[in-house]
Amino acid sequence: MLRFIISRLLQAIPVIFIVITATFFLVRAAPGGPFDAEKVVLPEVKRALEAQYKLDLPLHEQYFAYLSDLAQGELGPSFKYPGRSVNEILFSGLPVTAELGFYALLIALIIGVTAGVLASLKPNTRQDYIPMSLAMIGICMPSFLLGPLLVLVFGIYLEWLPISGWGSIPGDKILPSITLGAAYAAYVARLSRAGMLEILSQDYIRTARAKGLPEWQVVGKHALRGGLIPVIAFLGPAFAGLLAGSFVVETIFQIPGLGRFYVQAAFNRDYTMILGTTVFLSSLIVLFNLISDVAAAWLNPRLRSQLSGGGQ
Amino acid sequence: MTTLQSSEPADLLENAEMGASLWRDAWQRLRKNKMAVGGGITLLLFIVVALLTPWLAPYSYEAQNLDLGASPPSAAHWLGTDVFGRDVLTQVMYGGRVSLAVGFIATAVALLIGVTWGAIAGYVGGRVDAVMMRIVDILYALPFMIFIVLLMVVFGRNVLLLFLAIGAVEWLTMARIMRSQVQSLRQQEFVEAAISLGLSPAAIIRRHVIPNALGPIIVYTTLTIPSVMLLEAFLSFLGLGIQPPQTSWGLLISYGAETMEEYPWLLIFPGLALTTTLFSLNFLGDGLRDALDVRGSKD
Amino acid sequence: MSLLNVENLEVSFVTRNGTSKAVKGVSFTVEPKQITAIIGESGSGKSVSCYALLGLIPSPPGRIDGGVASFEGQNLLTLSEAELRKIRGSDIAMIFQDPMTCLNPYLTIGEQLIEPLLVHRNLSRADAKTRAIELLNEVGIRSPDSTFDSFPHEFSGGMRQRVMIAMALINEPKLLIADEPTTALDVTIQAQILRLIADLQKHRDIGVLFISHDLAVVSDIADQIVVMEQGEVVESGAPDAIFNHAQHPYTQKLLAAIPSGERDSEEAKDDALINVQNLRTWFHGSGKTEPVKAVDDVSFDIHRGEILGLVGESGSGKSTLGRSIMRLAPVTGGQITFDGIQLTGLEGRDLKDFRSRMQMIFQDPFASLNPRMTVYDTLAEPLLLHNVCQRAELDQHIAKLMDDVGLARNFIRKYPHEFSGGQRQRIAIGRALATRPEFIVADEPVSALDVTIQAQILDLLMALGREHNLTMLFVSHDMAVIRHIADRVLVMYHGKIVEAGPVKQVFNNPAEPYTQSLLSSIPGVAMM
Repeated sequence: MLRFIISRLLQAIPVIFIVITATFFLVRAAPGGPFDAEKVVLPEVKRALEAQYKLDLPLHEQYFAYLSDLAQGELGPSFKYPGRSVNEILFSGLPVTAELGFYALLIALIIGVTAGVLASLKPNTRQDYIPMSLAMIGICMPSFLLGPLLVLVFGIYLEWLPISGWGSIPGDKILPSITLGAAYAAYVARLSRAGMLEILSQDYIRTARAKGLPEWQVVGKHALRGGLIPVIAFLGPAFAGLLAGSFVVETIFQIPGLGRFYVQAAFNRDYTMILGTTVFLSSLIVLFNLISDVAAAWLNPRLRSQLSGGGQ
Repeated sequence: MTTLQSSEPADLLENAEMGASLWRDAWQRLRKNKMAVGGGITLLLFIVVALLTPWLAPYSYEAQNLDLGASPPSAAHWLGTDVFGRDVLTQVMYGGRVSLAVGFIATAVALLIGVTWGAIAGYVGGRVDAVMMRIVDILYALPFMIFIVLLMVVFGRNVLLLFLAIGAVEWLTMARIMRSQVQSLRQQEFVEAAISLGLSPAAIIRRHVIPNALGPIIVYTTLTIPSVMLLEAFLSFLGLGIQPPQTSWGLLISYGAETMEEYPWLLIFPGLALTTTLFSLNFLGDGLRDALDVRGSKD
Repeated sequence: MSLLNVENLEVSFVTRNGTSKAVKGVSFTVEPKQITAIIGESGSGKSVSCYALLGLIPSPPGRIDGGVASFEGQNLLTLSEAELRKIRGSDIAMIFQDPMTCLNPYLTIGEQLIEPLLVHRNLSRADAKTRAIELLNEVGIRSPDSTFDSFPHEFSGGMRQRVMIAMALINEPKLLIADEPTTALDVTIQAQILRLIADLQKHRDIGVLFISHDLAVVSDIADQIVVMEQGEVVESGAPDAIFNHAQHPYTQKLLAAIPSGERDSEEAKDDALINVQNLRTWFHGSGKTEPVKAVDDVSFDIHRGEILGLVGESGSGKSTLGRSIMRLAPVTGGQITFDGIQLTGLEGRDLKDFRSRMQMIFQDPFASLNPRMTVYDTLAEPLLLHNVCQRAELDQHIAKLMDDVGLARNFIRKYPHEFSGGQRQRIAIGRALATRPEFIVADEPVSALDVTIQAQILDLLMALGREHNLTMLFVSHDMAVIRHIADRVLVMYHGKIVEAGPVKQVFNNPAEPYTQSLLSSIPGVAMM
C-alpha cells in the first residue's frame, strides 16, 4: 500500500512541475505587464520597480530565481499590493475559502448521498423521480445563476438572509455555501444512485436477504460499502471543481477568499500572485486527487490486498 | 431439421422477414421516454431559432433606444429591454447562437481528438497504449480550470482559442471512454472470429468495432455539450470568455446579475434560456443512455 | 407428513411487454430427511418456483398468483415479509449458483458467516465466531481461523461454495434449497461439493430441495426427481422410475439428450493434418512476476478426418491451446505444422490465405456474433473475403449454408439477439463452414446450451464432420460429451498433456491419476 502511495506521489511531482513552468511562461507571454494599467509612471520609477521585482533579468534567470524561492516556500512579493507578500495574501484568503468549500462539500455529501440512496431503493417511483428531478435542476442551473436567484428571493424579496460578506453578519455563510454545494449535491446524488442500483442488483445482496437480514442491514451494511465507492472517487475532481466554483461564488457574494483574489490577480497581471496561487491551488488539487484515489482503492478489499503485495 | 423452401435462392432476401436491428430497438425505447423526446424537440427548436436568428430576430442586434432604457416585458418587447433600450429577446437569440455554437464546436473538437486517440490506444494495445494513456493521465491531473482561466486572461479576445481550450479539456474523458470500449470489444469473441476469418485490422475496426462502440460515444457526446456550454458561461460570467461586442448567455447572465434588483428580467430570461437548453441536452443524453444500454435479449 | 408441500403454485411476471406466466400450477413435496431434485432447462420455471417459497422474487415484475406452500403448518406464500424474514436463514436456508458473485466482496468471510446467528439467535459475537469456526471445519475448510478473517476474493470457487454451505447450515435449518450449486464449478470440484451436500444432509437430517438442469448430477443423490418444462411439472418419481421407466416424452427427450456411448472409430491413421511440436504459450504479466504458462511444452498430432477431443478443467490451458493453433493467441515457442506448412511462421497475406482452411466455433453463441450484423451479413462476409463465389451466386451459397445448419431461410435478415442460443450457434457453425475449411477448432461449442439443444448441435457437428470430411479439435470440460463425440482424446492439466489415446482406451483404462480423478468425478453413476 505504501508503495502505491509513493508511486502516486512521484507521479504527481512532474505534474506540479509542468504546472509551475507552464504558468510561469504563460503569464510572462501575456501582453501587458503588471504596471501598464497604472497611471502614467516615470520611466525611471518603472525601471526601479522592475528591478526590485527582478523583471529586468532575462526570462530564464527569472525562472530559476523563482524556482529557488519556491523551494524555500517563498512565493514572492505581490506586484499589485506593495509591501504585501503573496504568502500573506494567500493565507489570509485561504481559511475563508477552505471554510466555504468545507460547508459546500458537507451539503453536497449529506444531501447528495441521502437523496441518491433513497432514490435507488425504489427506482422509477416518486421516491426516485422527485429527488432526481431536483438533482437535474442542480446540474443544469450553474452557480452563477443560482446564486443571484437565491439572493433575489431570500435576500431581497424575503429579506431572510444576508447577501454578502463572510462571518460579519450571522447567517451570511448560508447562501454562498448552498450556492456552491448545490451542483455537487446533484452530482453526488446521481453517482450514489447509480452506484447503489448497480450493487443492489448483485447476487450477494440476494444472499444477504436469503439469510433473513432486515432490509436496513442489507442496504446499510452490504450495499452501501460498494455503492458509495464512486462517490469517494469523485471527491478528487469535486475538490477541484469546488475551488473553481469558489471564484464565482466569492465574486457574487463579495467574500474575501482565495478565489476572488485569484481572479483579480489574473486581471491585474500580478505575476507573483498568479503564480503563487496557481502553484498552491494546483498542489492542493493534486494532493486531494491522490487521497481520493488511494481511499477508493483501499476501500476495495481486492485492490487493497493486491497493492499491499499480498493476496493470491 | 431443415425447413424446405420452395422459393428460389434469388428471392432469398425478398422473402425473408425483416429483422429488428438494435438501433431500431433503441429508437423505439427512446421514443417512449417522454422527457428525452421533449428535450430533443426543445433542443431542435432552439437550434433552428439560433440558425435563423438574423432573419427571425424582431430587432437588429445593435439597435438601442436610450430614451426607453430598461423596461419590463411588453407587447413591443416580449422579454423587455436592457439599460440601453436593446431588445432582450434579440439579445437572447444572438447570445444563444454563440453559446450553442461554442457547445457544439468545442464538443466536436473534443470528439474528434478523443475518439481517434482512444481507438488507436485501445486497438493497438501494448506499449503504444501505455504511452498514449500515460499522457492522458498526466494531462488529466492538471488542474484545468485554473489553466483555462489563465489562458483566457492571457489570450482573451480570441474566440477560436476558447473553443480549443475547452475542447482540450474534454477530449481526455472521451479518449478514456473510447479506449475502454475498444479494448473490451477487441476481446469479444466476434472480433476474434473476424480475425480468424482473416479480415484486415482496418476492416475489423470499420465493420465490427466502431458500430458497436458508437453507443457510449453518442451518449457521452450528448452529455458533453451541456458541460461545455456551462464552462463557456462560467468563463463569460467572470469576464474571461466571450467579450463584447459579441454576446453569450453567460455574459447576459452576468450583466443581469449586476442589476437584478431593479431589472430582474435581465437575469431571468437568459438564465431560463440556458437552463432549458441544459435540461434538454441532459434529458436527451440520459434517455439515450437508457435506450442504448440494453444490448438485446440474451438466452 | 411432508416437510414441504407445494400445491398448484402459480407465478407470473408483469412487464411493459405484457404478462407472462412463469409457473403454471406446480406441485411437489420434500420429505423430511430426503433430497428432492427439480430438473429443468432454461425457462422451465424451476428457479422461480423455489425463489417464490422464500419470497425472493423481485415484487414489481414478479407476482404470486396462487397456490399453497405448507411448511411446518404455515403457508409460506401468504406470510408477511417480517414473518418470512424470520424463516430465511434459520428454518429454511438457501445456496445459489455462482459462488464467485454470491459473497459480498467488501466484508470478511467471518463477518458474513456470523450474520445469521446474530440476527436470528442473539448470540454474542464471540459465541457466534466459535460456532462459525466449527462450521468451517465441518465443510472441509482447512484453516478456519485465517479463513474467518479473510476476504472472498482470496478463495477459489469451490472454497467459496463451501463457505456458502456453512453459512446456510449455521442455524440448523430444516430445509435447504440449493439452486444449481455445482453448475459453475469444475467437474472434480463439483463431485466434492455434491458429496459434501449429501453427507451433510444425512448427518444433520435435513430436507434438501436441489435444483439442476443436469439429470446425471442429481441421479447420484436424489431420493425424488421432479421434471419441469415451461412452467409445469411433467413427471415426478423415484430415480429408478425416471431413468428406467420414463413416461413423459419430455423426460424421455432429456434422457436421450445425455451424451452417452463412444464412437466406433477405426484405428488411427498415420495421416497427420496438423502437427504440434513443443508448443509454448506463455503470458508475461507486468514486471518480473512469473509468466503464466498457459500452454507448456505440448506436442501431438491431429489426423485427417478425426475428431480429437481436448479435455481439461478451468485453467488447464485447453482454450488457449485451441486459440494458439488458430493463431489467435500469441505463440511463445515451438511450432505448428498444417499440411506440411509451418503455421507459426506465417504472417500477413500468407496467413490470411491460410485462414480459409481452418475455422473456429466459440463457446458463447451470443458473444461470437456481431450484434449489429444480420445473418446474411455474417454469412456473406467470409464468402466475399475469400472469394468463395461470385457476387451473383452469393444468395445461393448463403441459402445452402442455412439449409446445412438447419436454419429457416426466411430468418436471413434477422439479428443475433432475435435468436435462441442454439440457433445462434448454428449461425456460428454456418459462418465457420462458409470457406469450406479442412479443419475446425470447436471451443466448448455446447457448454452454454440447454441439454436438449446440446444434443442437437452435437449431432449437427458430427453429421457435418462426416459430410465435409472435416478434421476437428473439440475442446470441452465435459467428459461425457467428449466420450460421445471424439475419436481420440487429450487430457490437459496445468498447461501440459497428461494423457492421450483413443477414447475407448482412456475412458476405460485411464493410466494417469489425474485422468482417473476426472473420470471418477463424472456424475451419473446411478444411471449406468
